[in-house]
Amino acid sequence: MSDPETSKPLFQLVNQRLHYQGRAVLENLSLSIYSGERVALVGRSGAGKSTLLAALREQCPEQVAWCPQQPGLVPMLSSFHNIHMGVLGSHSLIYNLANLVTPLPAARAAVETIASAVGLEQQLYSSVDKLSGGQQQRTNIGRALIQQKPVFLGDEPVANVDEYQGDALLRLICQSHQTVVLALHDIEQALTNCNRIVGLKDGAIVLDAPSEQLQASDLADLYGAS
Amino acid sequence: MNPIPPTFPTASTLISGDTSASAMRRVSLWFAVSALLCLAMADLSIVSADPWGELSLMAAGALSPSVWSWPTLATSLANTFAFALQGVTLGAIGGFALALGYRFTLVRALCAFIRSIHELFWALLFIQIAGLSSLTGLLAIAIPYAGTLAKIYGELFEEVDPAPANNLPGLRRKLSDFFYTVLPLAWQPMATYTSYRFECAIRSSAILGFVGLPTIGFHLETALGEGHYSEAAALFYALLLLIGTLRLWLHKRLLPIYLLAVFIYLPPTADISWQLVMRFITEDIVPVPLRGQGFNGETLTHFGHWLHLLWQQQLWPGLINTALLGQIGMVLSGLLALALLPLNSPLFVKGWKRAGGDSILVLLRTLPEYLLAFIGLLILGPSMLPAIVALGIHNGAIIGHLLGRHTEQIRLRADASRGVSLYFYEVLPRVYRQFLAFLFYRWEVILRETAILGILGIATLGFYIDSAFETFRFDRALLLILASAALNIGVDQFARYLRQRLHLKTTPESL
Repeated sequence: MSDPETSKPLFQLVNQRLHYQGRAVLENLSLSIYSGERVALVGRSGAGKSTLLAALREQCPEQVAWCPQQPGLVPMLSSFHNIHMGVLGSHSLIYNLANLVTPLPAARAAVETIASAVGLEQQLYSSVDKLSGGQQQRTNIGRALIQQKPVFLGDEPVANVDEYQGDALLRLICQSHQTVVLALHDIEQALTNCNRIVGLKDGAIVLDAPSEQLQASDLADLYGAS
Repeated sequence: MNPIPPTFPTASTLISGDTSASAMRRVSLWFAVSALLCLAMADLSIVSADPWGELSLMAAGALSPSVWSWPTLATSLANTFAFALQGVTLGAIGGFALALGYRFTLVRALCAFIRSIHELFWALLFIQIAGLSSLTGLLAIAIPYAGTLAKIYGELFEEVDPAPANNLPGLRRKLSDFFYTVLPLAWQPMATYTSYRFECAIRSSAILGFVGLPTIGFHLETALGEGHYSEAAALFYALLLLIGTLRLWLHKRLLPIYLLAVFIYLPPTADISWQLVMRFITEDIVPVPLRGQGFNGETLTHFGHWLHLLWQQQLWPGLINTALLGQIGMVLSGLLALALLPLNSPLFVKGWKRAGGDSILVLLRTLPEYLLAFIGLLILGPSMLPAIVALGIHNGAIIGHLLGRHTEQIRLRADASRGVSLYFYEVLPRVYRQFLAFLFYRWEVILRETAILGILGIATLGFYIDSAFETFRFDRALLLILASAALNIGVDQFARYLRQRLHLKTTPESL
């Protein structure tokens, strides 16, 4: 892991104002994230976590595996095709078209590895509109994982799966990426999986500390009345 | 806390009504006034000596259909189907390719141009080069349909949910992204629209018979023209049966087989003499004064004179009559649509009654306006009246059918009024925006149809175009066709402007 004091940050925001749908939601925001960190963004819904994640993605889109809250899947295609969408850029057009008509062996092998890691083997060839919310979320994670990028940006990536499976998926995400930034509403999950907690409230960062120095009760204040 | 204090209407706006409806009402009023003015200028006389006599002969024929020759009927039906299927297939492929570049202005302009020229005019042009061949029939349908389908596909591509594409990783492979995230989302509406266009193509194909291609229209024109109404009725019913039963036998899975069959049955070939083609392009369609001479002051004067005469005698009257008839036809279509929509609305008729009502609309929609106008001319004699009626019935039924279906979305409160009050207070205000959107979409189509009705003898642009072809004055024909294309493009642009100004839905509909 690089030393945060000396190396250049991976993401850096200095006195930024961030907008969501034309409205400023975060004011005067300064934040640096270094390669190797596992950051959890916590705060009430509407605090600006998604806006912040989108701003981070813009800084170096090529290095980011993106896992948005609204998965934005193509409902009439299978999980297989939706996951393969993560790597369209590394195949030729002809290959991608042929694979769209009938799954090709190499693409199958790659996607099936990911699918078994996220627990989608059974539903891999069903169209996404027939899957449950949790299965769609796994597809969303799969599409991000298959890209094998150094950075994972996830917005509530496991909100729709149960706690036990959620923990497993978060562990998998953290293992497969050098740097991870996650918006999470589950405080326990944030403390267990991440080594840095950034708390957002009323359009500002009100907490930024290593997770070993924090307890669940320290974070409760973030969710209190403003 | 509400940052904007509520504003109360002043006395004047209370009365005059600054409502969302008032803008639409104003536009409607202008259209009604313009149509009334056009009506005052149009030739609406009933020239026929005995319209009732002709009508009763037709009615008798309609009740006693007889097939003159089964093999002829079968071949002409097969030809009609083959031209339509080949034309739509080629049109869909071409349209898809064009739609991929739809964000480029040049491509959009090309699409607007090729669809602004009616199938019949394309046919008349190709007949000069490729004769009455299967290639002519195929191209006459495929070219304008490619322009229309490109527009629809292109707009569908622009309107799919952008989230899937936006979520893909930074390095983009654009065409691959398109096939994975855009095409699957747009596929269903594309397929629905294309199959609707196929029904239109059968009508187009039938009508191509009127200029000599071997489809059912050829025999219909002969039978009607010679007063053999029983034979005409049989041909007519056969056409309706073909269109009406499409859903039963033209199954998606069988499509490849049908496609193979039509290309084997009617391979698109033609005896083309390239010498003739070259002559057509370099000589025949060049304005007479400019042919084979160097440019000098004299040729330019001749050309100016030629243009002036053409403008005075054909272009101007043709344009005026096309615009007049188109305007009246459009307003009548609108009125009929509003009157007919209850036939397909669950708010007014339910169950089998609605099924019956909608069948009437679909039947009226199925009748090609060209054929309706032809029959009208036989009954009423040559004036604009039959054309107006034909345009109104055909287009009114199409819009009425769609509007009726649109009312399915209306959720009425439990104590809503009934009957006429329900129509005017609850339904009409809710569907009016959609109604205008449909009508403005249809405007361009109505004008295209108006132009070709001239071939039947009504003095719109088509009349002068047809005469120019008959007298082998291809230079005139081409200029007149370009004029009708310009008129259609102009109206399409104006309709687009109105749709945006009135905040009407701008997505494509099955029109």
